[in-house]
Amino acid sequence: MDGTLTAEDTWTVAGRTFRSRLIVGTGRYKDLPETAAAIEASGAEIVTVAVRRVNLSDPKAPMLQDYVDPKKITYLPNTAGCFTANEAVRTLRLAREAGGWNLVKLEVLGPAPLLYPDMPGTFEAAQVLIKDGFEVMVYCADDPLAAKRLQDMGCVAIMPLGAPIGSGLGLQNPAMLSMIMEQVTVPFLVDAGVGTASDAAIAMELGCDAVLLNSAIAHAKDPIKMARAMKLAVEAGRLAHLAGRMPRKMGADPSSPLAGLIR
Amino acid sequence: MPSDVTTLTLNGESRQFTHPGGEPLSVTALLILLGLDTKKVAVERNEEIVPRSRYAETRLENGDALEIVHFIGGG
Repeated sequence: MDGTLTAEDTWTVAGRTFRSRLIVGTGRYKDLPETAAAIEASGAEIVTVAVRRVNLSDPKAPMLQDYVDPKKITYLPNTAGCFTANEAVRTLRLAREAGGWNLVKLEVLGPAPLLYPDMPGTFEAAQVLIKDGFEVMVYCADDPLAAKRLQDMGCVAIMPLGAPIGSGLGLQNPAMLSMIMEQVTVPFLVDAGVGTASDAAIAMELGCDAVLLNSAIAHAKDPIKMARAMKLAVEAGRLAHLAGRMPRKMGADPSSPLAGLIR
Repeated sequence: MPSDVTTLTLNGESRQFTHPGGEPLSVTALLILLGLDTKKVAVERNEEIVPRSRYAETRLENGDALEIVHFIGGG
């Protein structure tokens, strides 16, 4: 490393290689132009998208694809809002038909107010989807056994939460994330919980392959500026991880030599 | 019910479609009637995907439940 992120520092999921280690959501923006501008500023090469019923009373309403070109940006369809394995599987089959993408983000959620990952439902859906030829990046609990099991089933990325979806609480579980990471050989991402740039940097310093976030940008006062902040934070965190941080010491250790002091 | 009226549940709402000649309504014809761009939507009929390649040959029947979806912003 020469101090810059070179083209060689890439990561690969399901055979696809990316330079950006930031995946951003496309929800909760003011409008589609702001969505597009925030994605641009974030440098993300992958965006998550939701699958929803078409508004049949307004068939000519602008669609996401008109603003975010799926030929340039990899769409990662998600199952946000799915509370059962069956809903998630149906949703992703529709997504595959709509866009032809096998690479998907699976999330099966428990009830509000936590929307915590429902792991039995997640296992059930993952099994069906993998058998059906999907490449599943999976949102999950910060549970080492669950993470290992999902990897063994064939999930292509393990993505535990750092805090509940949209909470912006930052990583509440860095030690557990580090421990899970030790057991995971497929890409490991923090998905959910990031509130501001330093949270994203911490995730990358821990050694995550990438970070997935949405609300931290979309709900910032200035989403475009925050998108840029996230891009820089993810790069900074990645560089710090590669650089290797200094050891923590319980005491001072001066930087200036003690020899040659005037007396 | 006359053979040229088909009642469908579209995205959870009951809708009736009249079409001439008693010819069954295809998915292609339905999407045209709805004014939708077939390239940007996906269709599920009675919880089974209808592949785009079969829109023309898939004939809809009274009582069919269809979900017509597209991509929107999401996290």
